[in-house]
Amino acid sequence: MSGFRDTRRTKIDKTHNGDVVSILFVEDDPSARAALELALSRLGHSVTARATGEDGLEALRARRPEIAVLDVMLPGIDGIEVCRRIRRDDTLPVILLTARGDDLDVVLGLEAGADDYVTKPVEPRVLDARIRAVLRRAEQSHTDRSAYGDLVVDRSALKVTKAGQDVRLTPTELRLLLELTRRPGQAMTRQHLLAAVWEHTYPGDSRLVDACVQRVRAKIEDEPAEPRLIQTVRGFGYRFTAP
Amino acid sequence: MGLRTRLAAAFVVVALVAALLASGISYVLVRRALLERVQDTEITEIRQTVLRYAPVTTPPGGEELVRQQLLAALATSDRRVWMIDLPADRQAARLDGRVRTAAASAVGVPVSVVFSRRMLTEAVFQRVRVRGHSYLLIGMLAAQAQGQAGRTHPLLFVSVSLRREEQELAQFTRALLIADGLAVLVALTMALAATRGVLRPVRVLGRAARALGEGDFSTRIGERGRDELTDLARTFNRTADQLEHMVGELRAKDAASRRFVADVSHELRTPLTSMVAMAEVLAEEGDDAARLVAVETRRLGTLVEHLIEISRFDAGAATLVLDDVVVAHAVAATLDARGWTTGEVAVDGPPDLVVRLDPRRLDVIVANLVGNALRHGRPPVRVAFRPERNGVELTVADAGPGVPEDVLPLIFNRFVKAEAARSRSDGSGLGLSIALENAGLHGGMLAVTNGPDGGAVFTLWLPSADEEYEEYEA
Repeated sequence: MSGFRDTRRTKIDKTHNGDVVSILFVEDDPSARAALELALSRLGHSVTARATGEDGLEALRARRPEIAVLDVMLPGIDGIEVCRRIRRDDTLPVILLTARGDDLDVVLGLEAGADDYVTKPVEPRVLDARIRAVLRRAEQSHTDRSAYGDLVVDRSALKVTKAGQDVRLTPTELRLLLELTRRPGQAMTRQHLLAAVWEHTYPGDSRLVDACVQRVRAKIEDEPAEPRLIQTVRGFGYRFTAP
Repeated sequence: MGLRTRLAAAFVVVALVAALLASGISYVLVRRALLERVQDTEITEIRQTVLRYAPVTTPPGGEELVRQQLLAALATSDRRVWMIDLPADRQAARLDGRVRTAAASAVGVPVSVVFSRRMLTEAVFQRVRVRGHSYLLIGMLAAQAQGQAGRTHPLLFVSVSLRREEQELAQFTRALLIADGLAVLVALTMALAATRGVLRPVRVLGRAARALGEGDFSTRIGERGRDELTDLARTFNRTADQLEHMVGELRAKDAASRRFVADVSHELRTPLTSMVAMAEVLAEEGDDAARLVAVETRRLGTLVEHLIEISRFDAGAATLVLDDVVVAHAVAATLDARGWTTGEVAVDGPPDLVVRLDPRRLDVIVANLVGNALRHGRPPVRVAFRPERNGVELTVADAGPGVPEDVLPLIFNRFVKAEAARSRSDGSGLGLSIALENAGLHGGMLAVTNGPDGGAVFTLWLPSADEEYEEYEA
């Protein structure tokens, strides 16, 4: 049984530890924007702070950041809508910043494709850790390619193809798929996946896993509504099954 | 028993009693009329025959001839005739006794005293039953009334079979019973038709009331007619109007208070975000005052978090995010995350117990109970859990002095602290209230007692959520 305390998780590439990350930070409250921009800069990141969703999308095109941290409540188009527009044609990791503690925000945000969320007031170190966790690239391994039907997972090139076509996955989605395909046929609990992929300490929000599984299914399953590769294990979690 | 059944039963019983009474009376009347007709015709006919064939004076030696003629004249297929010559006796008083003896031996049927006495002077009859059939037994003297100073009493017995009358009566009875059955059927049909008219509105009302009870406040029913049931329908509709209005208002207030909690939450958290971030930046620079501010800011953050959490419960905005949880793992992780060692907290429970609940809320409850025990009680704190009533029962016991008796009933109230002087502690004063609300949200229970050794014992029970609930949540 693979419990959530299983330490044999996918080995994580440490390249980002201590590295400068270019962050797009969208927050409408001036002092919160200034404070977090300052705190993240002090932690060594290159932060582009914007006050509105429109400005944020503009900066996204101009600066090509590595990650977007979006406040949910924004004037004009809100953080969830910004996230949705980013997801339309980009695999840029997104972390949402919610202040209302409203479960609906979380659900909508995850549906819009956010990789993770944090609740205000967030300690800069915690936000830093989440940013690094979301950005961490999956470890390249020598065990190279595995084919599951027309789905090919190339662990050395970190590429996934479906029927010869590239499948574009966010880092989180890729790591989830790699974790699930690490031991095909074996069910994994949501909490295990949260620890292995999101590096959350127990108890994590299992909806992150559910939302991410939905997104991966939409990209790799023939019929996302009737998944065959990533199956839900009632009363347990998820299992990758090779066809 | 349903109202309809009872009404129909009452109808049928009344109809049955009436029909049976009527048919009973007519049976008695018809039977009497039939028998009287037979008696009258038979007696008249026999008497006339006797008059015709019995001479006023019988020539000596002519008795046998008379007797033969009489017997021949009287005999028909329905009758049996006996003639007995009873020698006259001086002791008239014993005559009837002898008549009875003669009747019994000749006819084989006992006759009454009155019959035997009266048959010496007139024609008498008596109904007898022999081998399941009724017969009319007629007795008289086979002689002219006058000139009977004679020496003998020629007793004449005629038994007339009543078989035909019996058959007629049986036919009549059958007809009566058929009529009764029809009457009951008609009564039943009418009862059902009548009760339908009364009960349909009642059933409609019942359905509507049930719908109302299930939360469909737009339920209304038709108000046709002018009877009491229409009044009832009107009252029902008015009540439903008021309920709908009130529930609408309550829901609006509910939504407003939920919005308020969300807004307050946002308004408080945004500046706190800046403060927490700034305090951390300042504390990094090594200033003691800044470190103090950082600590206090974090405390303020916790307090705000707890206040928001409790208001969310008050506004009914709290929801469950369910997952299948291995309780042993969850408890271990909770203690681990807070840095509580096995020396301080001992855990005991089955390693494989899986319960479907909200793991983050379980974490909050266990952390609050254990934290409370460590702060206000004394180590070692014992956490024990076991499966109980389709869920998990978890107890947290400490070795401290226990909760003072006067605080015990108030312990889950907000901002209640056991110490008389409010000691500064990490607690917000809301931890146990939040734990209780979280247990309630699961449909579970949380209670406190003082153990036999004096320490406080908190007992938590959480039911395993079922799959349907998950669908509802999703």
